[in-house]
Amino acid sequence: MISDAPGQMGMTSESASQVPLPEGAGQSNYTVIPKTSAEGTSEGELLEVAMGPQHPSTHGVFRMDVVLDGEHVVKLKPVFGYLHRNHEQIAESTTYLGSMPYTDRLDYLCSMTNNWAYALSVEKLAGLQPPERAEYIRIITAELTRLVNHTCLVGFLLQDMGALGTPLMYAFRERELILDLFEALSGSRMMYNYMRFGGCRVDLSADWIEQAKQVVDGYSRFLDEFEKLLTENEILVSRTQGVGVLTVKLAINASITGPMLRASGVNYDIRKVDKYGIYDRFDFRIPLGDHGDVYDRYMIRVLEMRESVKILNQALRDIPAGPIMDPKAKIRGFRPKAGEAYGRIEGPKGELGFYLISDGSPNPYRYRVRPPSLINLTVLEDMCLGETVADVVIILGSVDIVLGEVDR
Amino acid sequence: METLDQIKDRIEAAVPGARLEIIPNDSPANQPSLLIDHEHAVAVAKFLRDDSQLQFDYASNVTGVDWLDAVLKEKVKVKQVVEGVEKEVEEVIEKKRAGYLEAVYHLYSMELKHGPFILRLRTENRTDKVHLPSLTPIWRGAEFQEREIYDLYGIIFDGHPDLRRLLMWEGFVDHPMRKDYVEPDDFEYEPTPHDEVLERAKEHYPAEAKP
Amino acid sequence: MLGEGIIKGMVETAKNFVGSYHDPKRLTTVEYPENKIPAKENARNFPFLVFDGVDADKGLRCVACQICEKECPPKCIYIIKDTVKKPDYMGKMQIQPKIFDIDISVCMSCQICVEVCPFEAIKMDTQFELSTTDRFENLLLNKRELAKPNEYYHKIHPTEATEVDERLAAEKAKAEAKAKADAEAKAKATVAAAAAKAAPTPVPAPAK
Repeated sequence: MISDAPGQMGMTSESASQVPLPEGAGQSNYTVIPKTSAEGTSEGELLEVAMGPQHPSTHGVFRMDVVLDGEHVVKLKPVFGYLHRNHEQIAESTTYLGSMPYTDRLDYLCSMTNNWAYALSVEKLAGLQPPERAEYIRIITAELTRLVNHTCLVGFLLQDMGALGTPLMYAFRERELILDLFEALSGSRMMYNYMRFGGCRVDLSADWIEQAKQVVDGYSRFLDEFEKLLTENEILVSRTQGVGVLTVKLAINASITGPMLRASGVNYDIRKVDKYGIYDRFDFRIPLGDHGDVYDRYMIRVLEMRESVKILNQALRDIPAGPIMDPKAKIRGFRPKAGEAYGRIEGPKGELGFYLISDGSPNPYRYRVRPPSLINLTVLEDMCLGETVADVVIILGSVDIVLGEVDR
Repeated sequence: METLDQIKDRIEAAVPGARLEIIPNDSPANQPSLLIDHEHAVAVAKFLRDDSQLQFDYASNVTGVDWLDAVLKEKVKVKQVVEGVEKEVEEVIEKKRAGYLEAVYHLYSMELKHGPFILRLRTENRTDKVHLPSLTPIWRGAEFQEREIYDLYGIIFDGHPDLRRLLMWEGFVDHPMRKDYVEPDDFEYEPTPHDEVLERAKEHYPAEAKP
Repeated sequence: MLGEGIIKGMVETAKNFVGSYHDPKRLTTVEYPENKIPAKENARNFPFLVFDGVDADKGLRCVACQICEKECPPKCIYIIKDTVKKPDYMGKMQIQPKIFDIDISVCMSCQICVEVCPFEAIKMDTQFELSTTDRFENLLLNKRELAKPNEYYHKIHPTEATEVDERLAAEKAKAEAKAKADAEAKAKATVAAAAAKAAPTPVPAPAK
């Protein structure tokens, strides 16, 4: 319903004397719905349960209203907004540079790619061109971020399946090494605020590159170890294969992007399609899935990490010396000409885009984030119908959401 | 990909009666867009998705924009001035523009790997005539994004399968992304003695507010 | 064979378990309050104000230009200008801040104040053990608490601080050279003007 009359929501007049209870207080968090067949005879009961917002498997504050027939899902509606802070409104009331630290807080596992997507859009809007060394630095940091994100995701997915601890701790151990690198570079462990319009904030030292090379070398060893631990594990295989299948047609129509789309077998990677930055100089391949189930989504991430290691090896070998900022860029008093621009990159979770409209003032007139996590949830119901409750948890885990980005 | 003019001509041929307008974009990004009318929006969208040379099967980004009533100052030149050879005085014409809400669709093609193609839809005004046809039946990816626009801007999408608020709670009255949105006065004491914060602190906590 | 994958995985965890007893590299944690990992040179937490010399009031580099207050995204800096003037590093007379407060419960350590400051007056600290029992007053740092000497800045960010010092010294030298040249030119001009006055026919004074 659309009407938003204020009288509809509030308390009734008869309870004016006593203190009104908060909405929903004292009620059970499930409803029983009688199920009837076409002839009108009773066929048992359906149960409507609110999964979340305080539920460990939802990766944050996210709710799914699930209707269950026994153990099987009949209907599922995701409910968002528990972490909504009107990020776009905040960005529209601050300067272009001022919203750069806020982009860190969208998808807090991949701050570097968020920075890059925003910087790329502003560069399109203002016509800036980062120098070559800055482009290399961006690719190095973005691919390290992809490693962090995918490793963590695999850890969390296994956690959701009941493998408590071990895979997640191994994932976090490796993530720590990359976070150390990022801290040495940008000064912060998660909220980097590193990219600038037309370049990067601080330069890499030769020391840092050596350290990064060591971490990247160690990473392929870790991936071998991780795969030995998981890929052939019978429990994982039987829990994930054939679960949560997403068809190609639906995936394209519902604007699914990132590893989820490629697990369904669609060859679409913005690194190859748009060739933003200098991705056309690197030799890497796009892994594709066959079945579009949870196992394929897991495998795609592992294979993508191997390709990221390949890109990193090339980038760390080839990085040239030179400036890291476009000389036209300025920190204070940045006012792009009136106009609009949409820039997008292949984030670890999918297509991360920023749409900006400038009216010539220091603040953007319109600032919009295209959140891959939110849009990938469009098909959550379609994937979950007919599956069991336990599988809903791992299907959600394989979508890879971060609530900071879903709710913004 | 064909140019926007060519696509516009082809749409006009394929969807008779469609009123289209190209909206230029002055920024270096050079992403002009196409404004389409309400009645033919779904037909145009279907053509864009199904045409064999375009195949915009992927609606990447759908968003709303709020344009307030404004006075536009347009500089009009009668002849083109080439490097100051022809001396023409620029005339400034003031035009009143009524406010409207806008939905912007960024389309790409996964099949042919081109894009973006930018569609715009505009409402008649900002208050009562805020209906737009929903393009969710064409691109399912617009479902949550159109719900978000309805939530934050108040555009009502006719034909949307499940138009509810997405981020704000049900029963919330206003649309918080509109430019004239006034945030509720639910101030809580905070120690930072900022100018406007200080004034509000005095109003709410007369005894506690410090200079 | 069913279960082969599980056994392989078990071997992997066993290797990690036994390895952590042999190889110090596999021990990835430290016991925090007793042992600490040394801070990275670029590490940042909350801003502080740099002063030169020994007296914080005299040597404070901040000239209350309020650029950081305007640019701060969460608006956690609060400045009131004083009427007292003091020379900045270029020797120009500038106003001092009367009140300079940073609310570190609001600050998000983004470092934008440092980047926009034209006087190298505000820098990022690495101190992170700041927990207090009062979440309002103790987290609002005033000018006295924020002011820290240049030596401290050198201690926590040696490379950066040396660069800053060099840049400031170069600018100062340049400004002094310019001032000297200006003064000489002025002196010449007055001499020439006096000569011109004395002479019966006016001679055009040399340009500065």
